[in-house]
Amino acid sequence: MSMTMSEKILAKASNNKEVEAGDIIMANIDTAMTHDLTGPLAIQSFEQINTDKIWDPEKLVVLFDHQVPADTLDAAKNHQIVREFVEQQGIKNFYDVYEGVCHQILPEKGHVLPGTVVVGSDSHTCAHGALGAFSTGIGSTDMAMVFATGQLWFKVPETIQYNITGNLQENVTSKDVVLSIIGQVGQDGATYKACEYAGSTVENMNMSQRMAMSNMAIEMGGKTGLVAPDKVTDAYLKERTDKPYTKFTTDKDASSLEIMDIDVSELEPQVACPHHVDNVKPASEVEDVELDQVFIGSCTNGRLEDLEQAARVLKGNKVKEGVRLLVIPASRTIYKQAVDEGLFDIFLDAGAIICNPCCGPCLGGHIGLIGDGEVSLSTSNRNFKGRQGSPEGKVYLSSPIVAAESAITGHITAPEKK
Amino acid sequence: MDKIIKGRVLKLEDDIDTDSILPGRYLTLSKPEDLGKHVMEGYDLHYKDKIQEGDVIVAGSNFGCGSSREHAPIALKAAGIQAVVAKSFARIFYRNATNIGLPLVEAPNGPDEIDEEDTVEINLEDGTLIDQTKDKTYSTTKLPDFMFEILENGGLIDYLNNKND
Repeated sequence: MSMTMSEKILAKASNNKEVEAGDIIMANIDTAMTHDLTGPLAIQSFEQINTDKIWDPEKLVVLFDHQVPADTLDAAKNHQIVREFVEQQGIKNFYDVYEGVCHQILPEKGHVLPGTVVVGSDSHTCAHGALGAFSTGIGSTDMAMVFATGQLWFKVPETIQYNITGNLQENVTSKDVVLSIIGQVGQDGATYKACEYAGSTVENMNMSQRMAMSNMAIEMGGKTGLVAPDKVTDAYLKERTDKPYTKFTTDKDASSLEIMDIDVSELEPQVACPHHVDNVKPASEVEDVELDQVFIGSCTNGRLEDLEQAARVLKGNKVKEGVRLLVIPASRTIYKQAVDEGLFDIFLDAGAIICNPCCGPCLGGHIGLIGDGEVSLSTSNRNFKGRQGSPEGKVYLSSPIVAAESAITGHITAPEKK
Repeated sequence: MDKIIKGRVLKLEDDIDTDSILPGRYLTLSKPEDLGKHVMEGYDLHYKDKIQEGDVIVAGSNFGCGSSREHAPIALKAAGIQAVVAKSFARIFYRNATNIGLPLVEAPNGPDEIDEEDTVEINLEDGTLIDQTKDKTYSTTKLPDFMFEILENGGLIDYLNNKND
């Protein structure tokens, strides 16, 4: 039977020869991830289940990234609860407050393999689909079930494949592509479905660019955001793991597959406007929006390539007076690479604030909150009302290039066409 | 868990996200009563003052979109919300609410006609939704059997424990 990539992965995970969209299956989980924010609730639920030990301490990754270092007594207490759990359960894959953001650390440290099922108690876990894993976000009680049994039920999703073709213009990135797609299909345009990014444009993207798109599948309701594993995937993994993996791809005649053709050759830089991610406009149409804060970072766009792009724009320039520019590398490794490449000199000379690897303003509960009436431009993935602090504030989303250009001018700025 | 739910309606629009239901700054809390105190603060700082024990939220499409935070359905339940009716739900929220024993009812047509303060009755078993104020009945999408079983057990944890007893 012809199957999609999701169907093939879920068939393997549920020990079935084949499955099809709509089937409810019990899947064995290959990798699970929880963090400082949703971990305490998962632990609380796990403690109510009649079992003491988690199913497999080798398969659970625990890390702290949202409120790091602890900024309140409540956060410090949550960190203690999770550290104690890690100790009790003998979990080796534990990354304390120093390492970075979950959706960077998981692939960076080789915890994600193509063809596997990955769950995380964080909605942007769909990001790991970039490596060809069926990876999805779950809640804390589902995570407690995974802790106890190593399994979770899924309804096998239908797949919407975005067949993306055309050469991207200079200063147009994968972030602009995914924002444009979300704008077209709407924020519930892929609900319950697996999103798959395919086509020559995607094949030419590096892993960092792919991850930014996979990361945002949830912003159209998608269950995961897959990219078929290829040479780029192999090269990325070669440096990180020696474990074997299976590369599944979608059969073009799979019955649950819908294909949407997208030509990006004329695409301009895009911006998602308040308060919904699908309220997408070309950056050139919203240039009158004055900014108080610009945030370059997050699990969407805090990777080395993103920082390099921002630094190219900021080099020799100053951040507009009155605007706060926050730069937050997504991991300690990226942080060090950015230092080694001299990017920090450029950011500091421009007047940026560089923070330790963490989720930053995207959480709206740690650092860089915006106040009443303030406007933020952010390279992260959500602009919901109140997302970065005050419900009376506004959040716009863009690529790191648009964010850097805008930090210099103090208002949303589309890079000049070259 | 009651299979018949009756309550006063609070109306909400499309795309109510989990940051609206429970803002990120409260995610360090884990006790239901603490979370309930801050419910809907991302939407309206004073929304919780409107809520009475046993109210039913009736919303548009894509209710609960956004984050995987289970704190959101916990906060709604702790604040006294008995059930949520919506045209459609975001996927993770749908699982989370069921897992903690907060009934969700998908009703494609009802929400357009039901008004704030109406009284609704939901029959979780046969999938009917009645606006008693307007005397109108709507059909709803029935839960898959085993999800209904989770709900009947009061949530996933009790379901797992009861299954293994």
